[in-house]
Amino acid sequence: MIRISAPDTAEMGEIVEVKAMIQHPMETGYRRDAKGDVIPRNIIKQFRCAYGGNTVFEATFFPGIAANPFLAFCLRATRTGPIEFSWTDQHGETWSETRQLTVS
Amino acid sequence: MKWALLIGALCLAGCNKPESTYARNSDVKAGDIKSGYAFLQDDTKALQDDDFANPGFLWVDRGKRLFETAETGASTCSTCHGAHGMPLKGVAAHYPKVDAKTGKLLNLEAAINLCREQHQGLEPLAYESDDLLGMTAYVASLSRGEPVSVDITGPAAKYYEEGRDYFFRRKGQFNLACSQCHNEHWGEKLRGDTISQGHGNAFPAYRLEWQDFGSLHRRLRDCDAGIRAEPQDYGSETYMAVELYLAKRAEGLAMESPGVRR
Repeated sequence: MIRISAPDTAEMGEIVEVKAMIQHPMETGYRRDAKGDVIPRNIIKQFRCAYGGNTVFEATFFPGIAANPFLAFCLRATRTGPIEFSWTDQHGETWSETRQLTVS
Repeated sequence: MKWALLIGALCLAGCNKPESTYARNSDVKAGDIKSGYAFLQDDTKALQDDDFANPGFLWVDRGKRLFETAETGASTCSTCHGAHGMPLKGVAAHYPKVDAKTGKLLNLEAAINLCREQHQGLEPLAYESDDLLGMTAYVASLSRGEPVSVDITGPAAKYYEEGRDYFFRRKGQFNLACSQCHNEHWGEKLRGDTISQGHGNAFPAYRLEWQDFGSLHRRLRDCDAGIRAEPQDYGSETYMAVELYLAKRAEGLAMESPGVRR
């Protein structure tokens, strides 16, 4: 599950803010449950945002990142195209969501 | 024989519980009532104020989706409660409420589950499951800004008294009552944190300590565990009563769910 905030339209050359929040426990692997057993690590490893096919933002995550990671960054609107958000967890499972940006 | 009696009497005196099992009577003065928000750091306040940065909205979104989607063989919640039916705006501010049919006290979670059973023919959702938290958060979010106002007259009176009793009763290994922190020492420091007045108007809420979204009952369980008392069960009658007492105590505060708390 991801929440995305990105504009649908922008003017050529405009700098737009893009925000994403991924629902994920980001379990560190250092905690123990009520019985004393280690809770296995379960984290997102990689986040990527591509605009018109080019990577514009990329992040590698480690266990120190809090649950439900929140990312905000800016990009310059240069052409009409898809903004694709994709993220991969430590087991290699990948999810993605796309928003369309129309530039005038 | 005499000695035996004397020893028996001494033992009884020694084993007796202390006379005062209740904390002294106290209250937050009417003009001083403040939401837990007032005791947060600026960073945490900012997180609650921004509807995108507030992680609680992940659950509100989930609840909204559930509200509008039909489960197999059942109607959707929005069929009855949609904009043209019975709008749910402001409704959450009046819970917990006594169910007229059964006389039982219901909080929002219980009311949602009752609705599922009675009107949709569905199984109740497990307490503290993401689905029930989501539904509760969504319905509560429709009342954001509404002042908390509950009815404690008639059949609700006995639940209110029960909740009040719990609030002032000393319990656990620390022998503390809720009132001793939240009425007598709010605004003061407890280790690195500022003690709040213990209002529930932001719940269900995202708690940074949990790194998760949780109900008021989860918060109460944490408080009870903190004073080394035995936490009550999720959805227990005792916590329902405490929830009613807390709502009356917080009367007039704006609903904040989905709130963000430390």
